[in-house]
Amino acid sequence: MYPATESQHQLHRIAADFAATAPPADYWTLRLVDEVSEGLAVRDDVAEPSSLALSRGAMVTVVVGAGLGYGASSDLSPAGLAAAFERARALAALHARLGLFHARLYPRSALRVRYATPLTEPWESMALEDKLALLFDACARLDADRRIVERSAWLGHRRVEQLLVTSDGGEIAQQFEHVHCGLSAVAHAKGQTQTRHGGGADFAQQGGLERIAASRLLNDAERVAAEAAALVHAPECPSGRLDLVLLPSQMTLQIHESIGHPLELDRILGDERNYAGLSFVTPEMFGSYRYGAAMLNVTFDPALPGELASFAADDEGSAAKRVHLIRDGILERPLGGALSQRRSRLSGSACARASDWDRPPIDRMANINLEPVEGSLDDLIARVEHGVLMDTNRSWSIDDSRNKFQFGCELGRLIENGELKGLVRNPGYRGISASFWRSLDGVGGPETREVRGVQNCGKGEPNQAVYVGHASPPCLFRDVDVFGGGL
Amino acid sequence: MNRDSFFALADVVNTRLQGGEILFASLGVEDSDFVRLNQNRVRQAGGVRSAALGLTLIDGCKQVQGDCQLSGDADDDLVLAVGLLQRLRERIPHVPDDPYLSFSDQPQESSHSLPAELPDAADAIGTLTQLADGLDLVGIWASGLIGEGLASSIGHRCWHQSESFNLDWSCYLDRDKAVKDGYSGFVWEPEQLAARIGTQRERLSVMARPQRRIEPGRYRAYLAPAALQELMDMLAWGGFGLRDHRTRQTPLLALADGEVALHPSLSILEEHGRGLTSGFTDEGFVMPDAVPLIVQGRFGTCLADARSAKEYGSEVNAANESPESLAVAAGEMPTQQVLTALGSGLYIGNLWYCNWSDRNACRITGMTRFGSFWVENGQLTAPLAPMRFDDSLYRLFGEHLEGLTRERELILSAETYGGRSTDSALLPGALVSEIDLAL
Repeated sequence: MYPATESQHQLHRIAADFAATAPPADYWTLRLVDEVSEGLAVRDDVAEPSSLALSRGAMVTVVVGAGLGYGASSDLSPAGLAAAFERARALAALHARLGLFHARLYPRSALRVRYATPLTEPWESMALEDKLALLFDACARLDADRRIVERSAWLGHRRVEQLLVTSDGGEIAQQFEHVHCGLSAVAHAKGQTQTRHGGGADFAQQGGLERIAASRLLNDAERVAAEAAALVHAPECPSGRLDLVLLPSQMTLQIHESIGHPLELDRILGDERNYAGLSFVTPEMFGSYRYGAAMLNVTFDPALPGELASFAADDEGSAAKRVHLIRDGILERPLGGALSQRRSRLSGSACARASDWDRPPIDRMANINLEPVEGSLDDLIARVEHGVLMDTNRSWSIDDSRNKFQFGCELGRLIENGELKGLVRNPGYRGISASFWRSLDGVGGPETREVRGVQNCGKGEPNQAVYVGHASPPCLFRDVDVFGGGL
Repeated sequence: MNRDSFFALADVVNTRLQGGEILFASLGVEDSDFVRLNQNRVRQAGGVRSAALGLTLIDGCKQVQGDCQLSGDADDDLVLAVGLLQRLRERIPHVPDDPYLSFSDQPQESSHSLPAELPDAADAIGTLTQLADGLDLVGIWASGLIGEGLASSIGHRCWHQSESFNLDWSCYLDRDKAVKDGYSGFVWEPEQLAARIGTQRERLSVMARPQRRIEPGRYRAYLAPAALQELMDMLAWGGFGLRDHRTRQTPLLALADGEVALHPSLSILEEHGRGLTSGFTDEGFVMPDAVPLIVQGRFGTCLADARSAKEYGSEVNAANESPESLAVAAGEMPTQQVLTALGSGLYIGNLWYCNWSDRNACRITGMTRFGSFWVENGQLTAPLAPMRFDDSLYRLFGEHLEGLTRERELILSAETYGGRSTDSALLPGALVSEIDLAL
C-alpha cells in the first residue's frame, strides 16, 4: 500500500500550486525529491559523529519549440519554482538554437502510478541508542585477532520520496527505503595489510530494519575478522591461465562493468565519450551479436522485490517492466530511456534516472540480473581441475569502451581437482568483455542466486552517482588470466 | 544565499542555543549552468541553484551533525535551520561522549571573493561551437558561483566564494581516436580557447593516421600533466591521510617506513595557499599555506583533519585527509624537449579509470585514453590503441623516473559529484624509462 506521508502531502501541494500557475510551454515536468538519510558508525569502539541529512528540491524540465532545458532549485516556493522554470526556458532557447536533436523527441508522459518499497520494520521502530548498541556489539566482535588494526561497523538509512508530475497529467509518486549496514576489519603484519568486508557491506537492497538480520551484521563479525587476519599470511594468488569461479559478490561488479555499462544507449549515442566513455557495442549488434555463451541470460528487471533499483517508472515518466537484454547469449536490447530510444531508433528500457533533484535523468542501469541455470556452488567447483575462487570486489578498472578490464577481489581460494583449498591474497584477473563472457561455462541454480547491487555507480556530466541492483548466481569461467599482488 | 544572509541566519540561530551548547554552521552554495555537448551541439542544458546548510551541535563531550537544503528566503530558511537544530538537540542525549571531538576555540574571521569575468553560458557555447566547427566535440560547460561559509557560536565568521567556468571537452575522429583538453578559470578569454582548439586540430591530424597496436611489455613513456593527475588522484586515495598511515592502510606505507624511496626530484605539496579552496575547515581551523607531503623522494607530513589530529595527537592541517590543492614540484626538462628526450616510446596524454592493483606494493592499474601516441625518433607518429598498464608507483616515480618538466599546468577539477569541485592540481609532465603494460 502506498503510504500517504506528510512529506508526500506537501509534495503534492507544491505540485498542485505549480501546475495551477505554470507559464505556457509545449510540455513541462516537475520532479520533486524529498530525501532523509541518517548515518551511524562505530570505529574501534568509538562512535563516529552521527549524521542526519535532509534534502528537498525540484527540477523543472521545459520543452519550448525545438528546445529542451532544465532548472533545479532548493527553493520550492512559487517564486522559486517560477525562477527555475524561467531558467529552464532560457536554456531551452539555447538548445533550440544549437541542439543535438529536436525537443519533440523528448517523451511526454501521462502515466499515473505509485510505488513504495515493501518493508516490515520501519527505521523509526528502533531507538537511536539501540542502533548504536548494536554497532558497538558488532565492532567489539571484530576484535578477534591481534593483527586487526582497524575495525568498523556501520548502519545507515535513506528514504527518498519523489513526485513527478507533467503538463500532460502524469503523476508518478514513488517512495524508496534503504537500510544498509556493514562491517570491515583491517589486518596488518610485516608490511602486508588486508581488508575484509561483510555484515551486509556489499549486500545492499531496499527495505527496512529487517535488512540488518538478513545482512548478518552481528553474526558475520567473527568470519570477517578471521579472514582479514588469515589473508595477511596467505600466499599470493598464483599467476597464469586458470579457471575462475566468481561468487555473486564479484559477479555484481563483473555484470555491472562489462554488461551493464556497455549496453547503455547514451554511451552508444556518444553522449558520455568525454567522461564515462563509449561502448564496444554498436547499434547493428542488437539481435545478432553473440555476447556470451548460450547459458548467458541477462534481464533488466525493475520489479524484483527488494532489489536496490526496483521502481514503477523512470524519471522521464516511462512505466518500467522486465525485459531481456541478452537471451541465450545473443545481444537483444540496449539500456536506454525513451528519449535515447527515439534518438537511436532502437528499443530500450525505462531507465532514464536522475541521482537527485539537482541532476537531469540520463540512461542508467536499474536492476541488471544474470539469470540462474542449475546446480550448486559445489557443483561448479567440482568441475574445476585447477583454478581460483574469488570473493568480494575490491578493485575495478575497465577501458572507456568497456572492453579491457582488470578486477581485484578481497579473498581468493585455490581450487584443485574439484575441491576448495587454501586462501590466497590479492587475487585479480584480467580480460576483454567481448571474449570473456564466451568463456562462461557454468551458472549456478536459482537457490544460489544472491540479490546485491552497488551504491556508487558514477557517470554523467554533471556527475551523478546512483544505486544499481544486480542479482546473480556464482559463475564458472574457463582459461582466464589470473594474477596476484606484489611488485 | 550570500555571505551576509548566511551570517545573519547564523546570528539568529545562535540565539536559540541552550545551556552550554556550541554550534558550528557551514554553508555550501552553488548557482551553476551546465551545458552538455555531443557532436558539437547541445545535448542537455540546465541550471542548478542550491544552498546546503550543515550544523554541528556540541554539548559537553557530545556532538551530532546534520544538514539540510535552504531555500534562499530568510524566513523559510530560519524555520529550516531551527528545525534542524531542534532535531539535533533531540538526538544528542542519545549518543555517547566523543573522545575525538575537536574544534577551534579561536574565533577566525575571513572573507575572500575571487574576481571573475564570466560570459553568459549561451554566449560561451556559441563561441565554442563556432571555434569547433567541423569537429566532433563532446563535453561539458559548467559555470557560475560557488561559495563556502562557516559561522560558529564561538565567533567564527569565514567566507570564500568564486565565480568560475570550467569547460572540459574532447574531440573525436573515430572510436578510440580522440584528444582531450580543458579550459577553466575566472576570466573568460576566447582567444585562449581558440588556441587550444587549434592545438587539438593539429593533434587530430596525427590521430587520423592508422592506430599503432603494441604488445604488452615495458615501454619508455612520457606522462603529460593530465595523465600524471590520474596517478596523483590515486595517491590522494589513502596515500597521505594520517588515519590511513596510523592504521597501516596507506599505499605509501613502505615509503613512510623508510623501506623505499622515490626519485629525489619528486616533491609533492598540498598548497592551500593557492587560494582556490576555502582555507578553513568545518571545525573552524585555518589550514596552513603549504604541507610538504613528499620531499625529495622521502615521505614528508600526513594530512590530518580535526578528528584524526585529536585521535593521534597531531596538528590540524586539512579539511579532509586527501589533497585539494596538490602541487608536484617542477623539474628541469623543458616541455618542448620531451619528445626528443623520450626518443621512441609512448606519449600518454591521459590515463583513465585507475585503481589499486595491490596497495601494499603501491601498484596501480589503469588505461591509456585520450591524446596518446606512439613516438619514434622524437616525433608523434601514430595514435596509440588503448592499453592497460599495471605498475608500481615505487618504480614509476622511483628508479624509472627520468625527469619532470620545467613548466607545469594548473588543472582545475571538472568533477561535479555533489556539486562543482574547487580542487586543483599544479603538475609537470613526467618522463619514465619504462611503464609496464599488461593488456
